[in-house]
Amino acid sequence: MSKDANRFFPILSIVTLIVLFWYGFSVVLNAPWAYDQAKRQSITLTLPELVNKTWSQKRPKLPTPHQVASEMWDTTVNQKISSKRSLVFHAWITFSETMLGFIMGMGLGIALAIAIVHNRATALSVMPWIITSQTIPILALAPMIIVGLGSAGFSGLLPIAIISMYLSFFPVVVGMVKGLKSPEQLEIDQMKTWSATGPQVLLKLRLPKSMPYLFTSLKLAMAASLVGAIVGELPSGGGGGLGFRMLSGSTFGNTLQIWSGLFSAAILAAALIAIIGFLQKIVLNKMSLEP
Amino acid sequence: MIYFYLALLFWIIAWGINVWISRQKSLKILNIIPPILFGASILLIWEATIFYFSVSPVILPPPSAIFFKLITSVPMLWADFVQTVIKGALSGYIIGCVSAIVVALIVDKFKFLERGLLPIGNFMAAMPIIGIAPILVMWYGYGWQSKSAVVTVMVFFPMLINTVQGMKMSDRIHRDLMLTYNASYIQTLLKLRLSTAMPFIFNGLKISTTLALIGAIVAEFFGSPVRGMGFRISTEAARFALDMVWAEITVAAIAGSFFYGSVVLLEKWFTFWHPSQRGRA
Amino acid sequence: MSQTPVIKVNNLDLTFETNDGPVNALSDINLSIDKGDFVSFIGPSGCGKTTLLRVLADLDEPTKGSVTVNGVSPSEARMSRAYGYVFQAAGLYPWRNIASNIKLPLEIMGYPKSDQEDRVSKVLELVELNGFEKKFPWQLSGGMQQRASIARALAFDADILLMDEPFGALDEIVRDHLNEQLLKLWKSTSKTICFVTHSIPEAVFLSTKIVVMSPRPGRIVDVIESDLSPNRPLEIRDSKEFIEISQRVREGLRTGHTDE
Repeated sequence: MSKDANRFFPILSIVTLIVLFWYGFSVVLNAPWAYDQAKRQSITLTLPELVNKTWSQKRPKLPTPHQVASEMWDTTVNQKISSKRSLVFHAWITFSETMLGFIMGMGLGIALAIAIVHNRATALSVMPWIITSQTIPILALAPMIIVGLGSAGFSGLLPIAIISMYLSFFPVVVGMVKGLKSPEQLEIDQMKTWSATGPQVLLKLRLPKSMPYLFTSLKLAMAASLVGAIVGELPSGGGGGLGFRMLSGSTFGNTLQIWSGLFSAAILAAALIAIIGFLQKIVLNKMSLEP
Repeated sequence: MIYFYLALLFWIIAWGINVWISRQKSLKILNIIPPILFGASILLIWEATIFYFSVSPVILPPPSAIFFKLITSVPMLWADFVQTVIKGALSGYIIGCVSAIVVALIVDKFKFLERGLLPIGNFMAAMPIIGIAPILVMWYGYGWQSKSAVVTVMVFFPMLINTVQGMKMSDRIHRDLMLTYNASYIQTLLKLRLSTAMPFIFNGLKISTTLALIGAIVAEFFGSPVRGMGFRISTEAARFALDMVWAEITVAAIAGSFFYGSVVLLEKWFTFWHPSQRGRA
Repeated sequence: MSQTPVIKVNNLDLTFETNDGPVNALSDINLSIDKGDFVSFIGPSGCGKTTLLRVLADLDEPTKGSVTVNGVSPSEARMSRAYGYVFQAAGLYPWRNIASNIKLPLEIMGYPKSDQEDRVSKVLELVELNGFEKKFPWQLSGGMQQRASIARALAFDADILLMDEPFGALDEIVRDHLNEQLLKLWKSTSKTICFVTHSIPEAVFLSTKIVVMSPRPGRIVDVIESDLSPNRPLEIRDSKEFIEISQRVREGLRTGHTDE
């Protein structure tokens, strides 16, 4: 028990510190507007009044934690799920884009990794381009992909999922190439003595050995996929989703909307990655690969 | 139509050459050819496909049009480049990475901070930090400063995690040696631990180059003066002038590769001693 | 025999807390080492010989008993840089060339730059590595790396040398050569050397005093004063006296073993 307490206590204290600083910064950042309002009404604010006012503005520069929390509560519990004002509605859209992109990215990544490990010509020609692909800011291409695919008749989830796929396949390729190459020469020679075919070696040796690498890269891929989904929503116009929500919040000056969207995205990211971590523990434990 | 088949033929020949080169284990210098040939064949097939299938330039422009737009728009491309890459991305990159290293050093000295901050740092690195862009634009305005701020935040957490990891990397035997010399904390830090942390620090620096570029460009989607690569891309895309969009993308790709490549060169210089650099990974 | 011993250990106990319960690494150790002695510690794994060396070096702390090095506590001795330590692995920094590696302790202890250069060349000559100043550790063989590590420990003025199985990973031919060199070095520098090994011929060949240890709990079984002449060629290993001492060591090891 004390070991967990050892881990909890520092995290708790740091988080508490952050929340305290946050409330403090709220006062500082929202003060100009509060003073401005007070001047118009020709009143001067005492410190407690200032604090009170800065913590309850409608369009604060920095909303307080409880403001964000109540906004989130408002838009989830107090709304119908199918309504466009519901955070759950938007979160679901982003979630589906992320998952679709993630699955495609994982598939593409694994397929590429297998090709690279088995065919040297592929490895030489394609690997440099895979690395270069990540230096191309695909997110910059996002508007154009959406528009382009839209004109070709593809709209909805798919274009955004493609952006997510582009971002998430890279960690999977890199991780899987490392993983598929991880068996030692000894183990490969052993397979040779049993005259195992290529696919057999792949299935029975390389793939199992690459599991730890796979799960680590899946976590990175999931985070990347979520980012892709959110940014992909920006040029889409009216689809919905958390990115869309943040953008409309930004366009209309509704800061609470921006912050609640951001927090939902963070919670979504944490939840998805935690699920992968959980799966990782189960699979690796079953395979006795986890130390 | 004939161009299409010629392009296909080129691809096949190029692939054959690549296969042959891949079989030559000895001449390492030949290894530069396959990616170039591969890229060239993609470009040719792209060009030929557009013409053969009469693909509208509104969906995908051919490489020739992009190239033409590139060379005829140099002033505008340059202005955008300076705005986004130099002012936004580069400044944010430097501030973010330096502060991350400083914080990592502080965290290293005070172990309590590490246990508290690291899980939070991991969380922040996984979070779609790009979502902070609209908030920062709201705080710092439309100029390059807000983009720089976005990049700083994006780059900070991965850099912090990598540096903290790197600080733990020195071997027990090297640290014991320092103990026998009664070396001070600073001496041990400068003469041992920073050097062993270098591979991880550079890992973070490499990841951060791509993040910096993406951050600067995407941040411009949320508000920008009438300059900047993100701004140009979104406005030109809305006008369906896709050749300009792709020209900007090309500039971004070249800038990104150049940035990343420079860090790789620096890495070779600073970590020449590490097994991965000595070709015996 | 000088009056005050350089190293004095009284009733030393060291118990490690491990996940599987407490481990009694050292139990009731009493030892006295004089200036200029070459003391070998020999015993099977787990007998505590490395732990004892680390206690002398202030790298581990005893749970009971007292240790004095040069008349002061081990940590004071460490802080006054009283000894050089040679680890089982060379432990050279791969980003420094050989000369620079040897300069490492000199930089930390604040020796002037001109002095540093002198010491580096002197000490490289002692271990016969002159000419390798600009090479990097990975360009050297295992034996050469260990020699560089020894040179590094000799570079600064410490009267005591603590060596933890420095030649353990090397083959026999290289080992013989290095044993000879070490002996020559000891005679020319008159340092007090504590040397951990698990090779009986090595211990008997090098030492003036042999401490035989056994495990569980780690304790001293025998202390043998060697009366071999200080000028010993390798051939001495076939002499009668050498074999007698070796047998006595082997006896000690065996009793320690059957005591369990």
